[in-house]
Amino acid sequence: MPVPLLQRRLIFVTGKGGVGKSTVAEALALRAARSGLRTVIADLNADGHAHELEHEANLFRISVDPQHAMEEYLSLKVGGAAGQLLGHSRLFSAFAMATPGMRELLSLGKIWELAQTDRRTPQASPYDLTIVDAPASGHGAALLRTPRTFAEIARVGPIARQAAAIAQTLSDRDFTAIVGVAIPEELAVGETLELHEALQRERLELDAVILNCCHPDRFEPPEVETLTALDGGPYTSVRLALGADQRARMEREQAARLERRFGERLQRLPYLFEPELDDAALGRLAAELRL
Amino acid sequence: MSIAELLEGKRVVICAGAGGVGKTTTAAAIALGMAARGSKVAVVTIDPARRLASALGLGELDNQPRLIDPARLAPLELEGELWAMMLDPKRTFDELIDAVAPSAQRAQEIKGNRIYRQLSTAVAGSQEFTAIAKLHELTSTGEYDLVVLDTPPSRNALDFLDAPARLESFLEGGALKAFLRPTGMGMRVLALSTAPVLAALRRVTGIDLVADLSTFFTLLGTMTESFDRRARQVDRLLHSPTSGFLVISSPQPRPTEEAIWFRGTLVQGGLPFTGAVVNRVHPAVEPGPPAPLPPALGAKVAQAAHEYAALVARDATSIERLQRALEGAPLLLVPELSGDVHDLSGLLQIREQLFR
Repeated sequence: MPVPLLQRRLIFVTGKGGVGKSTVAEALALRAARSGLRTVIADLNADGHAHELEHEANLFRISVDPQHAMEEYLSLKVGGAAGQLLGHSRLFSAFAMATPGMRELLSLGKIWELAQTDRRTPQASPYDLTIVDAPASGHGAALLRTPRTFAEIARVGPIARQAAAIAQTLSDRDFTAIVGVAIPEELAVGETLELHEALQRERLELDAVILNCCHPDRFEPPEVETLTALDGGPYTSVRLALGADQRARMEREQAARLERRFGERLQRLPYLFEPELDDAALGRLAAELRL
Repeated sequence: MSIAELLEGKRVVICAGAGGVGKTTTAAAIALGMAARGSKVAVVTIDPARRLASALGLGELDNQPRLIDPARLAPLELEGELWAMMLDPKRTFDELIDAVAPSAQRAQEIKGNRIYRQLSTAVAGSQEFTAIAKLHELTSTGEYDLVVLDTPPSRNALDFLDAPARLESFLEGGALKAFLRPTGMGMRVLALSTAPVLAALRRVTGIDLVADLSTFFTLLGTMTESFDRRARQVDRLLHSPTSGFLVISSPQPRPTEEAIWFRGTLVQGGLPFTGAVVNRVHPAVEPGPPAPLPPALGAKVAQAAHEYAALVARDATSIERLQRALEGAPLLLVPELSGDVHDLSGLLQIREQLFR
């Protein structure tokens, strides 16, 4: 039996662009925080705060910035004269940032640090759970692959050791979970299945697949017959109802594709018709999650 | 307004926007529509999900544009030609190296370098860079009347726009010069390992990485001028009035904010912003008379109609917000089509909406 999601220390949330990755990551974090876990949600957009900020009780937020992560790494891990020298060297900075994969590795290094029980950042309290609002599937899979390829390129030295440690953490299913988010549409489902294969090639697994934005499926076949008989007349509401039913049927097919592959690992979240995704709406989604 | 008017006189169209708003489909529909009107069009998608390939019935698109069989597109008749390709970053990189390397041997050395292999495949950002390289290649021959380019999701869009300038500043900047001391290569590697900064770097990274990197940058350095010239040409191309950027969005709050941000970035960068396309808009429906239905079913139907009305209202809010931010720039709305738009009939329907 795999360890339940909320008992792990690190959860990556990824999926096709526009399927609601961030929303699902937020809902997961809210659920974790409200169940008493000290939770941090990390994004890689580098447009928020590079320091951890408390959003509500038990819920923290950080925007991981590779440049900042590098400076932190150098001062804490390398330290001394070398750390100082590198930290202040524009040459080194340009060099590191231009090195293929280095930005991803530095970001992952910071995420890894957040998830440790014994954190190297002085005076930092440990988190029970770190949730990563990861980039879209293609970039997300590349991100998760980075430590392994880096460990292979660098081979020796501290970076190779660090990269190997991160790679080890990512493949430890007691510690790390990867959650795929999809919506019940052809392309998003296809991309989720591709993501699954890409991760398996790296010996990683999707621990849960969350099918977001499931529209209500409320009409029984005889009801659809009744409605079809009235279609084409002046009843616009009947036309809309039939449109909704057509959508529900298409979604059923797409959900079945995922169900075949993921079985029990698949769960659904309802489509919300609210004008805005406010805290109350997010709370509703958080409560729906099966964890 | 038809999109054909917007694209009058354009040689390059770049579709940008958040993930999941239908950029790839829109790019393909625009290419299809312009080909129908008589242009020779190439559409380049860099989306890893291979969507365009499936929509056009091509199992695998290779790294060169392929002519789409016009018979596939019936009943639509093409007066021009539609060519399509999916970008393969690795192959585009290799082709670029072949084109700019001073000799075949030098090209082989670069392609065999481990850092290069990493750069050209695994790294996020290689898509942005190679898309630009491909755009340059396809436009410089003058073979196509119009090149339509799909882009990665807009969080990477800055990278995409910056690619030429970033490469240029990287090549001219300190990082590379440090490796290009006016001495032999052996001396360079030696100099590299003795300079204090780089000695510290070696301690942090491991020496193998440094050696590979120094070789990589040294090899790359021999091609600085050629890269530099290309970067300038691309920059000029992107700023040219014959290029156009379309921002693609869908009528929800997040994509709308990204569309506004993107348009601002383009305008600020002096790039030719052409207009916005909002996909999947729910058109308002006039309420009809109540249908003669049993109460339970009637209630369900009323609920479905109520939900639809909520979507119409929500779309309208996002569209108004975008319209205000566009300050009079063109805005095209494409209605939500029934079913999932992932096949050719969906593509044809979208083309019809855009070119009305």
